[in-house]
Amino acid sequence: MKKKINKTFLMNTFTYLLVIVAFLVLNSLLEGGKLGYRMRGQLVPACVFIVMAVSLNLVVGISGELSLGHAGFMCVGAFSSSITIALLNAAVPNDILRLVIGMVVGAAFAALTGVLVGIPVLRLRGDYLAIVTLAFGEIICDIISCLYVSLDDKGLHFSFIDPALPGKMIVNGPMGVMTGGRIATFAIGFALVLFTLIVVLNLINSRSGRAMMALRDNRIAAESVGISATKYKMMAFVISAALAGMAGALYGANIGTVTYKEFTFDKSILVLVYVVFGGIGNILGSVISAAALTVLPEILRSFPEFKENRMLVFAIVLIIVMLITNSTAVKGWIERIKGLFRKKEEADLPETTETENVQTEEGGAEE
Amino acid sequence: MSEKKRTNMVPFPSDAIIPERDLGTRPVLDARHLGVEFGGLKAVDDFNMIIGRTEIAGLIGPNGAGKTTIFNLITKVYQPTTGTILIDGKDTANMNTIQVNKAGIARTFQNIRLFDKMSVEDNVKIGLHNGLGYSAATGILRLPNYWRKEKLMHEKALELLSIFDMQDMADATAGSLPYGAQRRLEIVRALATSPKLLLLDEPAAGMNPHETEELMENIIKIRDTFQIAIMLIEHDMNLVMGICEGIAVLNYGSIIAKGTPEQIQSNPLVIEAYLGKQKEAKA
Amino acid sequence: MSFLTNLINGISLGSVYAIIALGYTMVYGIAKMLNFAHGDVIMVGAYISFCATQYWHMPAWVSVIVAMAVCTVLGIVIEKLAYKPLRNATSLAVLITAIGVSYLLQNLALLIWSSNTKNFVSIVNFGNLSLFGGKLIISDVAIVTVLCCVVIMLLLTWFTSKTKMGRAMRAVSEDKGAAQLMGVNVNQTISITFAIGSALAAVAGVLLCSTSPVLMPTTGAMPGIKAFTAAVFGGIGSIPGALLGGILLGIIETFGKSYISTELGDAIVFAILIVILLVKPTGLLGKKVNEKV
Repeated sequence: MKKKINKTFLMNTFTYLLVIVAFLVLNSLLEGGKLGYRMRGQLVPACVFIVMAVSLNLVVGISGELSLGHAGFMCVGAFSSSITIALLNAAVPNDILRLVIGMVVGAAFAALTGVLVGIPVLRLRGDYLAIVTLAFGEIICDIISCLYVSLDDKGLHFSFIDPALPGKMIVNGPMGVMTGGRIATFAIGFALVLFTLIVVLNLINSRSGRAMMALRDNRIAAESVGISATKYKMMAFVISAALAGMAGALYGANIGTVTYKEFTFDKSILVLVYVVFGGIGNILGSVISAAALTVLPEILRSFPEFKENRMLVFAIVLIIVMLITNSTAVKGWIERIKGLFRKKEEADLPETTETENVQTEEGGAEE
Repeated sequence: MSEKKRTNMVPFPSDAIIPERDLGTRPVLDARHLGVEFGGLKAVDDFNMIIGRTEIAGLIGPNGAGKTTIFNLITKVYQPTTGTILIDGKDTANMNTIQVNKAGIARTFQNIRLFDKMSVEDNVKIGLHNGLGYSAATGILRLPNYWRKEKLMHEKALELLSIFDMQDMADATAGSLPYGAQRRLEIVRALATSPKLLLLDEPAAGMNPHETEELMENIIKIRDTFQIAIMLIEHDMNLVMGICEGIAVLNYGSIIAKGTPEQIQSNPLVIEAYLGKQKEAKA
Repeated sequence: MSFLTNLINGISLGSVYAIIALGYTMVYGIAKMLNFAHGDVIMVGAYISFCATQYWHMPAWVSVIVAMAVCTVLGIVIEKLAYKPLRNATSLAVLITAIGVSYLLQNLALLIWSSNTKNFVSIVNFGNLSLFGGKLIISDVAIVTVLCCVVIMLLLTWFTSKTKMGRAMRAVSEDKGAAQLMGVNVNQTISITFAIGSALAAVAGVLLCSTSPVLMPTTGAMPGIKAFTAAVFGGIGSIPGALLGGILLGIIETFGKSYISTELGDAIVFAILIVILLVKPTGLLGKKVNEKV
């Protein structure tokens, strides 16, 4: 019994420790002025994509549904928080507080979108579900590209497609949103990562997380013991959307102008690549892969020989890693190496019952 | 194997029979005129069955007779085309699988459906999901209720596993268990939902005679400890005749005989459809 | 008249989607994988045809054949190197690999042809068809596109239903294991499917760029996604479904853009896709598969 609790506990502690230590080290380097401008520029984006990857992993890895529209929720978060921040520019002079309020609003709007998208999407299965999430991601971007918002003494003005609005433009259709200053800091990014990890890890190791994994592993069996697929799939989807909304808020606050083009299909796919790279369902893996893959292309950029074709390198690395980690031949070698170690362990265990070798593929011939 | 209790099966409303001790209580399952069609083909037709509160009932019949379909209809994996199912007197017409489970029916599967990647204990905890609940927010915030309920779940899970003497396997991955243990774990998981009626789909399939013997004792033990009804589909005639009190025989989707093991064994229709072949094989 | 013009443009655009969607749907039906790199094979096909006519001064029809040949080889190579080792891996792993291949093709194209847009010269130039005294003009490309689509459809239908290879394909798509036991060479069948799909992608690429002449490394991405949508729309795995889905998608997109909003044209397409899938979760012509309990 103790062994297993310790294992999850150790894994989670290690995840938190790694994130905290990484932050402390990077932050001291940052304050000491020892980080190059490229690295400095990647700190907040790394936090953003860690949050994106961890939250997507909740849907893809834990709940077991392939979502190809995660960036759509990020988009909603970025735009709604940017509007909020612009609106509160005078009322809340404190940058951090304003950004936190922006994040909360971003999360709320993204969660709401998550519910609206989730209701139809979660009725579908497998590849069909995936294509519909993709469709929703694109729809969200398209709608936001037609959105115009302006601010004057009378308050906010909204318009769809028609750009003629009084006052100062905040959201300018395809030109994007003026976020009103780059107020994101590495510390806030770190706080958001920590918050995300607490939410996701605690959720996974609770009753609700178990229900999600049960539904993922065997939906019919889970329903037969009274687990509601609708409820838990929706829960995973909405929590994930809310976290993506917060990541979007941070992303928006890190750069001056955000346009809808930043959140199209490509970005969703990129985050999915982080998740798969780090291991599906493996939260620590998502953290590491998102951080590494955000920073690596930028580091590659500083080498002259990779400057032009760093994305080519990225693509080749991606394919090779997928081939190595998933090909049956390689898996066979790994199993063989593992087997060498395992044999010793098993010798110490009491013999299992003689039925061990009975075929598990009992024919489901009935009906 | 422990001494088998003699039960008197008594008529209940019309052609149904239930154990005498269950008379005067509401039957746990009352299925009337149950039928289902798949693309015009009648897989089950006019199925009637009543099960007493503490009865061990058997459902037998040749392969393809529609036995698992009956389970799927009772648990609403398929919606019946005709007929009504009452669980403990409640009509299940508008219920889905989840609600049927909450109403008191839990099942196992012919082709084992465990949560393979999760631990044995977690599999049982999934069964305890609705019995020992707390909100998702409580889980995320780790409020006191989380720790209390998780502790209770842990204790309860080990207690249930101990029925089959499996408490030492709690940490193992469910998918790595030997076949027999997987079948037993499915029963434990179903029991964890505190059902009134437990449906077992070929619980002894793939077990050796010794394990089957143990299983028979355990089924009776489960019935006695939890005071619940059990309905099982099984091809192992020793098991069915050994522990079932009332048996229904299904052929081509319809019931061809109902009765006590003795009555079934001597029923010419059954022998023709099913047991006859067995006797020939023995001869 | 604008209604008719739109309808014809829609059918023409839809025919291109249908040809691409056929590639998606065949590969999905047989290898059970979403080949995200398919859209980029279209781009490669267009570039090859472009180079053949502009740099190597080949006649248009030869350039199409060269493009088809190159794409066929490309498709087979991609399948052998990237997808075949993952035959037994999870579908997500294969999907990510396909995305990797898509990135690879785009960046290779970037390296070879640079990010500057090329002005694709239409391979069809026998002149537009003018009807009703010039009120209705049907472009030559539109006529050729629709004709190509019809011919391809007929050929494919004949191929899958009447030839031995086609039968093998249908067998593999039903049950890979059983087909193998019956002596069907599964690997070869999958390779041929990729070859056909990629050759079709080359044709689609040339037709697409003849209609809208902007050619750059990301040209194939959006039509690829839309054709994939079309394949799902019609019921993925079904050849008539791909045709129906493609044409409907093209018509909806053209009408949406000209009558509702240019900006929201794609959103309308996707919204209709969602509605269709909710009403009919396996697409218009898809078959429902029940899970055995």
